Amino acid sequence: MSLESKIPEGDIREKWDHHRFDLELVNPANKRKFEIIVVGSGLAGGSAAASLGELGYNVKCFCYQDSARRAHSIAAQGGINAAKNYQNDGDSIWRLFYDTVKGGDFRSREANVYRLAQVSVDIIDQCVAQGVPFAREYGGLLDNRSFGGAQVSRTFYARGQTGQQLQLGAYQALARQVQAGTVQMYPRTEMLDVVVVDGRTRGIVTRDMVSGEIRSWAADVVILATGGYSNVFYLSTNAKGCNATAIWRAHRRGAFFANPCFTQIHPTCIPQHGDYQSKLTLMSESLRNDGRIWVPEKGGDDRPPNDIPEEERDYYLERRYPAFGNLVPRDIASRAAKAVCDAGRGVGRSGYGVYLDFADAIQRLGRGAIEAKYGNLFEMYERITGEDPYEVPMRIYPAPHYTMGGLWVDYNLMSNLEGLFVIGEANFSDHGANRLGASALMQGLADGYFVVPYTVGDYLARHMKEPRVGTDHAQFAAVEREIADRTQRLLSIDGQRTVDSFHRELGKICETHCGMSRSEEGLRNAIAQIRDLRAAYWRGVRVPGSGDGLNQSLEKAGRVADYMELAELMCQDALDRDESCGTHFREEHQSKEGEALRRDDEYTYVAAWEWPGEGNEARLHKEQLEFENVPPSQRSYK
Amino acid sequence: MSKILAFYRSPVGKKAVMAATGFLLFGFVFVHMAGNLKLYQGAEAMNKYAEFLRDFGKPVLPREGVLWVARVALLAAAGLHILSAAQLTLLARRARPQDYERRARIKATYASRTMRWGGVIVLAFILYHLAHFTFGPAWAHPDFVHGDVYHNVVAGFSVWWVAAFYVVAQVLLGLHLYHGLWSMFQSLGWYVADDPNDWRRRFAQVFAVVIAVVNISFPVAVLTGIVGG
Amino acid sequence: MKLTLHVWRQPDTETAGAFETYRVDAEPEMSFLEMLDVVNERLIEEGGEPIAFEHDCREGICGSCGVMINGKAHGPEAATATCQLHMRKFEDGDEIRVEPWRSRAFPVLKDLVVDRSPFDRIIQSGGFISVNTGSAPEANEIPIDKASADRAMDAAACIGCGACVAQCPNGAAQLFTAAKVAHLAALPQGQVERYRRVRHMVEEMERHFGYCTNFRECEGVCPKEIPVEVIARMNRDYLKAKLLDG
Ligand SMILES: Cc1cc2nc3c(=O)[nH]c(=O)nc-3n(C[C@H](O)[C@H](O)[C@H](O)COP(=O)(O)OP(=O)(O)OC[C@H]3O[C@@H](n4cnc5c(N)ncnc54)[C@H](O)[C@@H]3O)c2cc1C
Ligand code: HEM
Ligand code: HEM
Ligand code: SF4
Ligand code: F3S
Ligand code: FES
Repeated sequence: MSLESKIPEGDIREKWDHHRFDLELVNPANKRKFEIIVVGSGLAGGSAAASLGELGYNVKCFCYQDSARRAHSIAAQGGINAAKNYQNDGDSIWRLFYDTVKGGDFRSREANVYRLAQVSVDIIDQCVAQGVPFAREYGGLLDNRSFGGAQVSRTFYARGQTGQQLQLGAYQALARQVQAGTVQMYPRTEMLDVVVVDGRTRGIVTRDMVSGEIRSWAADVVILATGGYSNVFYLSTNAKGCNATAIWRAHRRGAFFANPCFTQIHPTCIPQHGDYQSKLTLMSESLRNDGRIWVPEKGGDDRPPNDIPEEERDYYLERRYPAFGNLVPRDIASRAAKAVCDAGRGVGRSGYGVYLDFADAIQRLGRGAIEAKYGNLFEMYERITGEDPYEVPMRIYPAPHYTMGGLWVDYNLMSNLEGLFVIGEANFSDHGANRLGASALMQGLADGYFVVPYTVGDYLARHMKEPRVGTDHAQFAAVEREIADRTQRLLSIDGQRTVDSFHRELGKICETHCGMSRSEEGLRNAIAQIRDLRAAYWRGVRVPGSGDGLNQSLEKAGRVADYMELAELMCQDALDRDESCGTHFREEHQSKEGEALRRDDEYTYVAAWEWPGEGNEARLHKEQLEFENVPPSQRSYK
Repeated sequence: MSKILAFYRSPVGKKAVMAATGFLLFGFVFVHMAGNLKLYQGAEAMNKYAEFLRDFGKPVLPREGVLWVARVALLAAAGLHILSAAQLTLLARRARPQDYERRARIKATYASRTMRWGGVIVLAFILYHLAHFTFGPAWAHPDFVHGDVYHNVVAGFSVWWVAAFYVVAQVLLGLHLYHGLWSMFQSLGWYVADDPNDWRRRFAQVFAVVIAVVNISFPVAVLTGIVGG
Repeated sequence: MKLTLHVWRQPDTETAGAFETYRVDAEPEMSFLEMLDVVNERLIEEGGEPIAFEHDCREGICGSCGVMINGKAHGPEAATATCQLHMRKFEDGDEIRVEPWRSRAFPVLKDLVVDRSPFDRIIQSGGFISVNTGSAPEANEIPIDKASADRAMDAAACIGCGACVAQCPNGAAQLFTAAKVAHLAALPQGQVERYRRVRHMVEEMERHFGYCTNFRECEGVCPKEIPVEVIARMNRDYLKAKLLDG
């Protein structure tokens, strides 16, 4: 199978417009004859389902939560980028494009990124019209802030709840279509497999999470918008239910998985406080604007932070990166924190934490100013840790946060399986080896509102005349049977350990060997450990209850089983990519000062992995990347 | 008409009706209280006032004409008030067939929690009160004299347990109004942006306290001999 | 810290439930849900069925979580969803009673998990602004004064958790519904459909829930501190819609 990216010809600025003109259209009267399945109701899925419903298609939308509104997009805090240039500070579509390609460390597709920057402006219009209460200035116009080290202010925000408000906007648009009868919503319904017949996607099979019913759904197009897989690390900033099952099952049916090792670790999260910890909480990156990061000069110094004199503190970011200091990009800040902790100088009970100190800022600007800027974040910190950050420095540590990798898609956002589209965090397309702050929300909505509604129409128009396949096709029955068997297997192992205990162990392996820094030896080691763990899982997990009712242990068991397989591919990919780029840091490839070194000659490609069948080595396909508009350069923050 | 019925069919509509009728009842109680202050001016003033009420509107209308109009309006208001209260209470019961094993109280006040029982006791009071001072059957008021309102009141309150019942009823009425008057604004959607609670709360507090205190003062004044002594 | 839990267990909607007692050794740094995780791990290891409870983000924003803790929705800490509640708010030796939200509109599905789908139906009935993708005007063409924008945001912060219904002695969904009505009514974009919207939403709400007698319990447990002022706003719009516009 070959990888055809289907990037249109011509000047990058005109590709999307020309392409849209070239796309075939479906006659309005014919639209309601088509069945479209959207799995996921987050920013990507919600916006796609609503837009397709508006166009008149018959849409079915699925999510695992009890309401479409609760998709994990709701948790995003910081904001959403758009090249509106409202602040007149020199922003433009080109600059957003440029920053995103560079930020992705030259491992993304230029054409996709340009289109993303282009439609970013429409997203803001759409959301404002829906009633999203973005922050405003006294003059009544939209406010912006600079985010994640960008040199222009292009981030739109709604207090610290931007994701929530965008998500509710999409959810309400979706609700409107449900009322109009164009979309049918199926919450508490988990997709467990796709049905592929002769290379073409024909539908999905789901489990009703309340009744346990396994059911087939046929469709002309299936769109996966199921989010990222950071929970492979067990502890991450993602919601507990976030899972890779949908994309992993599609992968096993033939969809290529691209760049699985590109996972982002966010530097400012609240550190782990115990073994029972269930998730990590992100603290907005904006805190680094005023907080100073440090650890004690000497390891094992367990004096309270305020008793450690200035001379015995190491402000390691300011020391190593005098130009950017505490504001270096996410990946660099994260790795530096790990380095000092690995050297035994970390703080807090676990030794995995660094101080984020506001004492200087409070002295300089006054407590009131700090409170006005970060009051709600400080409150959240205190609620979780019981410590008052006005009095003692915060403790932070990096945590897995976002996955740039995902199912491979072409320019139309269709995977290599015909009729299977993948959008939002679930695909790999726009962020390369590192995502910039406030760009994921943008991508989810770009895909859902402004890209996939067109490209799906084109696909349908081209295949209109072909015979359809219904749920009476034998393949549906076969997939249902496989799922029933797997469920039965999980329930009948009746071993000694809980699903969570396996998941924690898997997370530990991934974090240690495939987290912020990776090495050949570590990765080989990890692959071996994961294989053992997987075998132990299928021998020794205990899943109580039965398959025909609400059974949260069973839900988790299926997800963790898939994470085990994905973890192995992630390590495999990290091993294959023998360079450092973006968040992927291979210890073998660093400068004398410990900075990441890319190897453009050999690795300027997308690694798209093909499922080889149980027990075989995954097969690698390469999509070469061309950089015609932004010439690759080495990042420097000294 | 159908519009109004449709409106009443909705619980929010019922609640608005309850608020509007509650407001009417409140208006009556307030004016009634103010009128009763004549008690402190002695028998003549009081009885003249009662007579005035009966003659009000003459000669255009027959004697007690206006009074009857007012009575019908009050009766209708009371009827609607009670009807909507009863219907809504049933709705609430249905909305939570099973209650919690334990329930904390957060912002609900004693007043808001006693609206229903308080209302019923106030109703019982009103019925008794009508018998006591308006119709005067022997079981309610052995010493009743038609037309001599002053005498009826003084004689009535001289019985300590009657006076005590009045006092209790006024406390409950005060509580009912303490929540009810604030609630009325809320139900009718009256608020001032950015200062939503203050004036509504204060209005309710002031009138609830004034009505309870002044009304309680009557039986107390009779018992202590300040009036009629 | 040693705690005694009394947790409502109910296998499914049809079967009657009952309280079960569990003892747990918790740490003050744990979140309430992590404490339940620990109970569940032990239950599974001992061959029992874990307690089903709803949760997802564990950051207080998705609105999935929510149980009655000693008779208070989301537990003792003000303005805090269950997932953000930490055990340091309890004392060694405490007895904690954990119950599901109770309301006719929210039937129990299992243990502490309830069905809140009537909330979705309220939004579907009109909790949106009708604007098709691509038909929006340029964003800065509609200036909105900061005060209105802030008021809209205050109301829009609702996470749809259902604590208001759970705590309301009348089982009313006024706070949830009014928060959405007030959010959209505060913005110029929301004016066109303002009265139609409130009519449909209130009527849908009334199909499922009890009615409001202004107890204000909802406001007291709302993790986003939505004020009951929004209910007055909704009532006003609804009365106008019904009496003036017909
Ligand atoms: C704490 C946090 C803060 C963030 N802050 C920002 C920020 O400030 N700016 C920014 O741009 N980005 C931010 N991000 C990233 C961004 O929020 C996400 O990348 C983005 O929201 C993903 O959207 P999505 O629609 O692809 O997926 P999601 O919103 O995760 O939606 C996934 C959907 O798929 C459904 N689903 C999943 N699996 C299945 C299945 N098997 N069956 C059925 N349904 C399924 C779910 O129910 C859900 O509806 C943040 C992320 C986190 C975790
Ligand atoms: C003179 C007598 C009364 C007055 C002045 C009065 C006044 C009020 C007012 C102003 C309200 C508030 C309406 C609102 O919430 O919007 C109210 C509510 C209520 N009243 Fe009365 N009322 C009186 C008598 C009664 C009686 C006799 C009953 C009993 C059956 C009663 C029962 C109620 C109930 C149950 C409520 C509802 C509380 C609520 O919905 O918040 N009231 N009343
Ligand atoms: C302690 C306080 C009160 C006193 C001293 C008092 C006194 C009286 C008197 C003397 C009458 C007879 C008037 C007449 O026949 O002309 C009367 C009538 C009446 N009172 Fe009161 N009253 C008091 C409180 C209340 C309250 C709290 C209510 C209602 C909640 C109430 C409702 C009525 C009604 C409905 C009538 C009949 C009016 C009519 O139609 O003639 N009273 N009251
Ligand atoms: S109003 Fe408050 S309590 Fe009610 S659903 Fe919204 S956030 Fe929860
Ligand atoms: S508690 Fe209930 S009665 Fe009204 S003010 Fe809140 S909904
Ligand atoms: S789990 Fe999301 S709000 Fe509590």
